[in-house]
Amino acid sequence: MLGWVDTLLQGILLGGLYSLYATGLSVIFGIMRLVNLAHGDLIVLAAFLMLALTAVGVPIILAVAVVVPLMFAAGYALQWALLNRALGRNILPPLLITFGLSIIVQNGLLETFSADTRRLDVGHLQSASLPLGGGIAVGLMPLICLAAAVAVIVLLNGVFYRTALGRAFRATADDVEIAQLMGINNKSIYALTMGIALAVCAVAGLFLGARANFDPSIGPARLLYAFEAVIIGGLGSLWGTLAGGIVVGLAQTIGAHIDPEWQILSGHVAFLVVLVIRPRGLFPRAVD
Amino acid sequence: MRLWGGLDRLARGADLRGATPSAPGEGQRRNSRFTVVTATPTSTVTALLAIPGIVLLFALPAFASRALLQELFYVFTMLALAQLWNLLAGCAGLVSVGQQAFVGVGAYALFAFTVMEGFDAVPSIALAGIVAGVVAVPAALIVFRLRGAYFAIGTWVVAEVCRLVLAQVKQLGGGTGTSLPTDVAGAMLGLEEVRELFAVRGPAARDILAYWLALLLAAGTFMLVYRLLRSRYGLALSAIGDAEAAAESAGVDVFRTKLLIYVVTAMATGMAGALIFLQKARISPDAAFSLIDWTAYVIFIVVIGGIGSMEGPIIGVLIFYLLQYYLAALGSWYLIILGGLAILLMLFAPSGVWGVISHTFDISLFPVRRRLIVPGDKAKQKEGEA
Repeated sequence: MLGWVDTLLQGILLGGLYSLYATGLSVIFGIMRLVNLAHGDLIVLAAFLMLALTAVGVPIILAVAVVVPLMFAAGYALQWALLNRALGRNILPPLLITFGLSIIVQNGLLETFSADTRRLDVGHLQSASLPLGGGIAVGLMPLICLAAAVAVIVLLNGVFYRTALGRAFRATADDVEIAQLMGINNKSIYALTMGIALAVCAVAGLFLGARANFDPSIGPARLLYAFEAVIIGGLGSLWGTLAGGIVVGLAQTIGAHIDPEWQILSGHVAFLVVLVIRPRGLFPRAVD
Repeated sequence: MRLWGGLDRLARGADLRGATPSAPGEGQRRNSRFTVVTATPTSTVTALLAIPGIVLLFALPAFASRALLQELFYVFTMLALAQLWNLLAGCAGLVSVGQQAFVGVGAYALFAFTVMEGFDAVPSIALAGIVAGVVAVPAALIVFRLRGAYFAIGTWVVAEVCRLVLAQVKQLGGGTGTSLPTDVAGAMLGLEEVRELFAVRGPAARDILAYWLALLLAAGTFMLVYRLLRSRYGLALSAIGDAEAAAESAGVDVFRTKLLIYVVTAMATGMAGALIFLQKARISPDAAFSLIDWTAYVIFIVVIGGIGSMEGPIIGVLIFYLLQYYLAALGSWYLIILGGLAILLMLFAPSGVWGVISHTFDISLFPVRRRLIVPGDKAKQKEGEA
């Protein structure tokens, strides 16, 4: 029984990490109907950037403070220079550009950092845990990760629903042509969107690196978890994405509890089951 | 990207039999019958030249080296995969990044039939295709719920599920994989005849047989896709590509058409996978379901050659082979170069090398778009070319 309670707790905490992976994907899909196949690799890239900074003696907090705006700038530039040119009715060009980017990032990391597994050093937080009584304890790092996922969503919802800029985002998401008539420059909105998505990727990269080992090849799997969280949650709702992340996390830890080899498989199967019984996700808002 | 205005044709009431149009359009206004043709003089010449070409390739083992046959085996299997992906993504708009699912399922089915059931390898390739087709039906029913780019990642999840499930099958080596027993490849149907015909030893005879099977697969796939695109389904596909809702309202069963294309593609992809891993004689989940080998390379071939045309994958596979030949030694840099090339192409020449050629010289060797021929009106004929 204790084992199961622990499993469920771990699943929810893991869901916090997956929700962080998924939030950026959810935002860019919601606003520009774009799917970034390099999403997972960019999360891993952010983790490696932090690793490189801490390796030369920069404290991890400072490394995060550098990498988050750096990834924002990279996202802005990526959208401005490449993806804005390819957006259109045909989904193939942006999809294949991000696919090419995924291969470039992955192999670039492999070339620069080798295939060794790494871990971000976050000091004593690494192993600290919080006893919950009854023999159950949760790691402090996973707990902070879940809190960060919630904080990111609160922050983004604040921007989207309470600011003039957010209104422009939502208008562009609803109908890009009418938004343009109202004087909104959709291309700069798109660039900002990708910037925000990659800034969230950087936060996700921190927890990816701090919670477990990583190497250049693990990006695509993170993309799949993120994607599953978005679809399970339902398009257009960030809280839905959090719920979706928790569903994937729970499915994985429950699967692993039964047989360690089933961890990843049960996450995928949960996704397929949701797709069959609720094709629009658990909390759909947008119609697409 | 859409090379042929299919919906346009459909709306004008043109069907392949060249009937009197029922909808108001040019044909009716002129009150004359018209015909719809796809062939051009160039394409007729190409088709006639293709026959001796195929015969020559078939006879190649009589005078080519074993190394050349092995290289051509790779080229032919990649060409088949590229034609299939082109049909799926370029013509049916089903952009999949999960075709490795069917390569892997086909390959594992071949190993299951030969290792566990003791079947002969050659008919097992056909059976593997059927297995891949059977797997494709439930997969389609699930991933068809996703649209556009999300469909792409959905197919990838399906491929991952197939990989993880087959990694659990201990009889086929589980996660580490297994080798094909030598007697399976050594006792293939037709192997003895090949050995006597060319007076070669076992391994060389195996390469010849595999080469022929690959040639058959590539040529068969090409004919299948070509005929499909020139049939009613081709017309329906181009209509769906132009505007799905409008195609549906014009009487095209969008779901059934897409399902048919998806399943047929999966079957042929499964056979390709079976053949590839019969020749490799070793299988593992990571190799059989490799995203890079069976999807990224294939997409690259189609994109560089020219998506949506029959000629594109042929040119693409030749360019890809040359790049591989000269650059593969660079390792990760090779992949970085391929990724960069794909991005540049998408930005500056999204119709690929063949798209540029056919646009510049206005030629089509294997035409799939339909042209309207109104008798006695030369000017109209020209205009009819979409």
